[in-house]
Amino acid sequence: MIVTLIDYGAGNVTSVARALRRLGSEVRITDQPEQITDAACLILPGVGHCAALLGSLDAHGLRQPLLTALSRGTPFLGICLGLQALYQGSAEAPEVSGLGILQGRVDQLPQNVKLPHMGWNQLRVVRTSRMLEGIPPTAYFYFAHSYAAPTDGVETAAVCEHGREFTAVLEAERMFGVQFHPEKSGAPGAALLENFLRIAA
Amino acid sequence: MSLARRILPCLDTDGERVVKGVHFEGLRDAGDPVELAARYNAEGADELVVLDIAAARDSRPTFLKTIQRVAKQLNIPLTAGGGIRSLDDARAVVRAGADKITVNTAAVARPELLGELSREFGAQAVVLAIDAKRENGFWQVRVRGGRSATEWSALDWARRGVELGAGEILLTSVDRDGTQSGFDLALTAAISRAVSVPVIASGGAKLPQHFLEVFTEGAADAALAASIFHDQVQSIRALKSFLQANGIEVRLPC
Repeated sequence: MIVTLIDYGAGNVTSVARALRRLGSEVRITDQPEQITDAACLILPGVGHCAALLGSLDAHGLRQPLLTALSRGTPFLGICLGLQALYQGSAEAPEVSGLGILQGRVDQLPQNVKLPHMGWNQLRVVRTSRMLEGIPPTAYFYFAHSYAAPTDGVETAAVCEHGREFTAVLEAERMFGVQFHPEKSGAPGAALLENFLRIAA
Repeated sequence: MSLARRILPCLDTDGERVVKGVHFEGLRDAGDPVELAARYNAEGADELVVLDIAAARDSRPTFLKTIQRVAKQLNIPLTAGGGIRSLDDARAVVRAGADKITVNTAAVARPELLGELSREFGAQAVVLAIDAKRENGFWQVRVRGGRSATEWSALDWARRGVELGAGEILLTSVDRDGTQSGFDLALTAAISRAVSVPVIASGGAKLPQHFLEVFTEGAADAALAASIFHDQVQSIRALKSFLQANGIEVRLPC
């Protein structure tokens, strides 16, 4: 199976591709609409500002192909901003609409803690998660963000806390998202990517 | 469940080889960056920092190659810097495989650089490195590897840098750097309490006790050291076990 990595110009495409290749995957990096429509498996890595991600998806005409692929059940993993983009919008860029597949809006974490939420943190699993299978519950994952998704949707599989709880892992049938960076999260990160590849195959 | 304090080994390079010196002077060879990167990645380093301390224009292609080779070894985040003066310099470093970029002298010379970097890569990728030296009752910002004085106090510059878009501060005590006499706790605590972003303490580390102090009294979010790790004076694993036994949350790799 070829994994299609959506390249919207973010810095971490290379490291996500490297992590996947280490696991033996064939990776295709693209910003072409037709390659998203016919993808067997999609990953949207995101880092930086959410307006840059959504703006770039629109500039390359990728929004509709992505929505079509998701509605058809193409396996999908959103990383960091790639998770946040699935919601209706984000307080980071109120003028831009999100993909709107999930209900709710992404908000800034509280200011009573240091932001960005930067570094290694643990998860609290709220329901059985195929993505976290075989990963010790005490595992740490690497986060680097200031905005985060709500936790009240049925898609939320695990939460993390920094100032408040937020969705760290989401699963909705074949659509997955992680707020942390599995490509930078050592052995547990690699195990999670392996789980995704297995589910997607 | 809370955010772990981070331990960051730092590779000071001449572009190609790891070097070390005291008070930024008297450099000597301290090893191969790729070998050290692989070792620290396996030992449980939380991030790796690689700097080009020569930062000469003609050594740039060599340094970019070093970043690429180092990044290949890692499944933890990589910060790179030294000689980044423009958005284009930063793009090249990110393209080579760095997750974060660190700027120092160039940001003092042209503070808008911080905003440009933050808009392009996000604040989480912009690390403002501040070298501070105690001068007549305040901490003065030094540039050009600690050699040149500036008008800035470290406190004001840290606050301004965060306003402009820095997402993290890498704070080095010029007085303590290379002395192995412990972090400057007063400096670290003052900066950490003055800004809303994480602060990485640097300069003076040797003993596990030094790290414990900088995470408690110094209020640091992360601590960086170089030669004590390169020379195996201190192992990252043993250091983290000591910190955990003393009530500091750290990530112990499985």
